[in-house]
Amino acid sequence: MIVAEAKPLEEILESLQGMSKVLVVGCGGCVSVCLAGGEKEAGILASTLRMKRELMGDPLETVEETLTRQCDPEYVQQLAKKLEGIDCVLSLACGVGVQFIAEQFPQTWVVPALNTKFAGATIEHGLWEERCGLCGECVLARTGGVCPVIRCAKSLLNGPCGGSQNGKCEVKPNECAWQLIYNRMSELGRLELLLDVAGAKDWSKSRDGGPRKMVREDVTIDG
Amino acid sequence: MEKRESGNTESFYPKIIAFCCYYCAYSAADLAGSLRLQYPPTVRMIEQPCSGKVDIRLLLQAFEDGADGVYVAGCMDGDCHFLKGNIRAKKRVNAAKKILDKVGVGGERLEMFNLSGSMGPRFAEIANEMTERILRLGPNPLNTARAERATKGEEGDPK
Amino acid sequence: MAEEKSKLQSLFEQGEFAVTCEIGPPKNAQGDGIRKHTEHLNPFVDAVNLTDNQTAIVRLSSIGAGVHVLAAGGEPIIQMTTRDRNRIALQSDLLGAYSLGVRNVLCLSGDHQSFGNHQGAKNVYDLDSIQLIETVKDMRDAKVFQSGEVIKQGEPRFFIGAVANPFADPFEFRVLRLEKKIRAGAQFIQTQCIFDMERFEAFMDLARKRGLHQQAYIMAGVMPIKSAKAAKYMQKNVSGMLVPDGIVERMSKAEDQPAEGVKLCIEQIKHLRTIPGVRGVHIMAVAWEEIVPEIVKGAGLLPRP
Repeated sequence: MIVAEAKPLEEILESLQGMSKVLVVGCGGCVSVCLAGGEKEAGILASTLRMKRELMGDPLETVEETLTRQCDPEYVQQLAKKLEGIDCVLSLACGVGVQFIAEQFPQTWVVPALNTKFAGATIEHGLWEERCGLCGECVLARTGGVCPVIRCAKSLLNGPCGGSQNGKCEVKPNECAWQLIYNRMSELGRLELLLDVAGAKDWSKSRDGGPRKMVREDVTIDG
Repeated sequence: MEKRESGNTESFYPKIIAFCCYYCAYSAADLAGSLRLQYPPTVRMIEQPCSGKVDIRLLLQAFEDGADGVYVAGCMDGDCHFLKGNIRAKKRVNAAKKILDKVGVGGERLEMFNLSGSMGPRFAEIANEMTERILRLGPNPLNTARAERATKGEEGDPK
Repeated sequence: MAEEKSKLQSLFEQGEFAVTCEIGPPKNAQGDGIRKHTEHLNPFVDAVNLTDNQTAIVRLSSIGAGVHVLAAGGEPIIQMTTRDRNRIALQSDLLGAYSLGVRNVLCLSGDHQSFGNHQGAKNVYDLDSIQLIETVKDMRDAKVFQSGEVIKQGEPRFFIGAVANPFADPFEFRVLRLEKKIRAGAQFIQTQCIFDMERFEAFMDLARKRGLHQQAYIMAGVMPIKSAKAAKYMQKNVSGMLVPDGIVERMSKAEDQPAEGVKLCIEQIKHLRTIPGVRGVHIMAVAWEEIVPEIVKGAGLLPRP
């Protein structure tokens, strides 16, 4: 899932300066799973903002709404009937949701309540870690299911570097991804795959090539 | 929950909400009652199946609705009927305290207490302790602000 | 100048035991310090490494420093990390360096930027060290850029170096990775500083078993320690370095710690010369370049050819 984290309250307050009525929108997707922007978090944030603004002598009116997801137009369009009299939308989705609301409602000012951090998984309740580098050309078949692009601080494809010691990366306290790759490949008897030199990566498939698209011709309706 | 309008510190009559778990806190309260132990009527108890039933949203709402103080009473460490409910409650209380500090209401107005069902006296003690604390802290700043606005003749509460 | 071969390469090919050392360029735009160091070191070493923003701290560039070394009559080995430059900049800098007379390049990934003085910098790592080695080799032998485009004439013909760290983990894989580097085109190797002699000997044993000592010139890295405090610091804080307690103890017990550090270094070099497959020594006298002549003399490595 996309993992995000609450912005500091001061930052959110600053972006809501001058606003009197705010639509606080939670997202039932990824940010609900990582307990950052779901219905509960939206409720807590709205209450927090109301109390703070009241004590600042500048009361804030909030309307709360949580959508199934903020990255599909069918769901985001449901906000249309809630925008009356709203000064701005405070979105608790990842960066995608914030932008999507802005795109769907070009006349509406939208601000984020979260900092979007990474694509990751739940390690244990309350702990999420980054796993995927979104590089556009997955190499996991060659590294036993451990991603060197994002889990190695240097994105080495022929690691480990000389700073790997006792399974730790030279950038503490990270684990050395290449130690993990080596361990798995050894256990599964695939070490010889690591003896081939992995060639230079095509970074144009990653963010370096600009914002990316994915199209499935067989399902587009109007094309 | 009712709203309190009076923010007058001279005749300050605190309203304190106590979220009590059925298995210990509520039993202790019963016991305190039958032992005729005195504790202030400032405390309004709300029974919960487990202290772990409270969440941050609920705790914040109590203050937003005008409570001057809130406490959560759960079982002793290791004795929770639902195993870890009291531990979860403790963590949530701590998180809510931080929010209340940030917001300006004050985290000291919120507390978590652990006791067993047989501790009638302790129940009364806690109620007294919190009442004293809230008397010292004064009214919920939200109530004071609302009272000021009311006397100035501004529009009523913004919710 | 364009046709001159690497002096270091010639020495290896003649069977000489090579001696190299390191100069850390200054954190300013003045090259005269580099020239002075080079002049002092010339009679004692065969070539000088110029580090590339070591520990991600901004310093005068490795190539710039290399040109100063050339002007002072020395033989530079420019270090090239892949942390700060993409494949376009790396190849461009290689062309520039060669055109200015540089003949040796040491390819490495480089310390992560979090160690340096610009921690918010975006790192590059477009290529890793092995992919860089391949690139340098292909520019020379296949006469192509990394993209495959032909270099019509005047291709850079570098003597290619790489690093090996017998003290990092996983140990068993270190030798295999060295083999990968050699297969990719590394011709000479400089190891991380050796303090754990046993582990280094085990490493060389495995390397010899795979015939690597005959496929590349392996140079043993050494570092004279200035104090017990320095030894302890390296033991605890530098990833990939192994400093046995015995060495820290020896340094703490010494009356004249710097002298003991020099004595230890000389002993190490004398021992390393006896290990089959070790074709040279690389002396990393960090912030203590002046001590190199004494070490070279003491280890019986004079006169230089």
